[in-house]
Amino acid sequence: MLSDLDIAAITVTIKLAFMSTAILIVIGTPLAWWLSQTKFKFKVIFEAIIALPLILPPTVLGFYLLITLGSNSPLGALLESYGGSSIAFSFSGLVIGSVIYSLPFVVQPLQNSFSAVKRQSLEVASTLGASQLDRFFTVAVPLARSGFVTAAVLGFAHTVGEFGVVLMIGGNIPGETGVLSIAIYDHVEAMNYAQAHLLAGGLLLTSFVMLIFVYLFNRHFSILRYKN
Amino acid sequence: MIECKIKIQLEGFILDAKFTIPDKGITVVFGPSGSGKTTLLRAIAGLERSDVGFLKVGDSIWQSDHNFVPTHKRQIGYVFQDAALFEHLNVEGNLNYVVRRKAKLTKDFIDSIYTLLDIKPLINRSTIQLSGGEKQRVAIARALLTKPKILLLDEPLSALDLKRKNEILPYLDNLHSQLEIPILYVTHSQDETSRLADHLILIEDGKIIGNGPINEMLTRFDLPLSHSGDAISIFDARVISRDTDFNLMHLEFKGGQFIVPDNKLTIGSLVRIRVAARDVSITKKKQVDTSILNIFPAVVEEMVPEGDAQVMVRLTLKGVVLLACLTKKSAISLKLNKGSSVFVQVKSVAILS
Repeated sequence: MLSDLDIAAITVTIKLAFMSTAILIVIGTPLAWWLSQTKFKFKVIFEAIIALPLILPPTVLGFYLLITLGSNSPLGALLESYGGSSIAFSFSGLVIGSVIYSLPFVVQPLQNSFSAVKRQSLEVASTLGASQLDRFFTVAVPLARSGFVTAAVLGFAHTVGEFGVVLMIGGNIPGETGVLSIAIYDHVEAMNYAQAHLLAGGLLLTSFVMLIFVYLFNRHFSILRYKN
Repeated sequence: MIECKIKIQLEGFILDAKFTIPDKGITVVFGPSGSGKTTLLRAIAGLERSDVGFLKVGDSIWQSDHNFVPTHKRQIGYVFQDAALFEHLNVEGNLNYVVRRKAKLTKDFIDSIYTLLDIKPLINRSTIQLSGGEKQRVAIARALLTKPKILLLDEPLSALDLKRKNEILPYLDNLHSQLEIPILYVTHSQDETSRLADHLILIEDGKIIGNGPINEMLTRFDLPLSHSGDAISIFDARVISRDTDFNLMHLEFKGGQFIVPDNKLTIGSLVRIRVAARDVSITKKKQVDTSILNIFPAVVEEMVPEGDAQVMVRLTLKGVVLLACLTKKSAISLKLNKGSSVFVQVKSVAILS
């Protein structure tokens, strides 16, 4: 059965994934909208920065985050003076790391579905008296809803699955920064395969179910849209 | 009165338009594809920005030197070429999008719009279950719910086949007769223009080449429509009586009376008559032994050669202007000149609306 440590790891992981996903949607939505609408010449630079976590080894990202957020850095010191404790090796540090690491998984699907929203749909809304913000929430967001589902599920799943960044800046403190993926690693290191199976198998099944959900949802909408 | 001055740089040319149009009836903006018609309409809606410009509709100024009112604050109804209904909402949702944003819409007003465009049978449908014509009806109703000061229609029939066009034209006739607001209607179709326009703006390569009442624009020789080969004249008339023995009806217009086959219109109704220049012939003396019923005295106002063999004649019948297309040979043998008194024989008449 699951040990207390395993349950703590699951709790921390789920809490982390929910918080990161929520923050990612809040940050990612305006960012993706801007990228989908702007004619700014150098927007590729922003797109490349956002895509970096896709190709960088997580340890590299974790290393720079550790340096940036550690007590010796100006930013780390500033945050510490407000929060009272070090950001590195804390749950807050994990959230920051996860948000950066999973950013492309949220921004890219959102940007794609925002780009697919026809400019004309927004123009229609403006002729019907909707202000810019109103148009965004009542036209762009509903038309891009499949992008939101994909973004949320990918962001969530990817946060659950991360290992390198978490290990670098979290430090595997039980109940604080000890997450599922590290717990599995620990069990394997201790030759404790039965426990590892339990956690790994559970994660596999959950991820599979989530992806089925995404595909079903998107299919449902494309069918609705193209029926007749 | 609507006053408009717009200057917008487009690919290849500048849209440079300055005009005033009456604040009643349908003004058709007519011109070939790519002449700037749609851009003109978009500029009035505030969807395109004209750097220097002036726009006044009724008592609201929407653009002047330092002032540009954004689209969502202009009281306009805009109907796009392909209806552009929101895909994520059904018909009712599309209409309620406006109702929710306008606080003081009374139920009576909403019902009157629904009746005008016969929306009730469509209300619970999804937008993908609508035909092209039904989509346009919903789009027009949605635009009218905003209580616009001007209704802007961008080629609303161009995406429809002939059958769908004929389905929606009666609704446009209803708009024409029942709405008090001005309608600006963009099209490149002569049929729609002759049926709907009270007033015509002719546009070519971004320039306005003519702006005035429909029949004047159709019959002026300095404008292209009178030389298009299928030149026409248009009059408004009223059904005054019917001849049940022969199934005919009598239509009164300023220049006299037309006798045409009865098409069951009620007495007193207003109709629009279209006469093709090709269907008008001229005689010096009034013919008596002729099958033609519609013969009117007229005066030659102006003549221009039309191609190698023909001549286009503009005549007036008690102030009403009519075009006739003759051969040069006939014009010479009749000794037609400016000011000649003649009789026109109208072989056939089309009743629009």
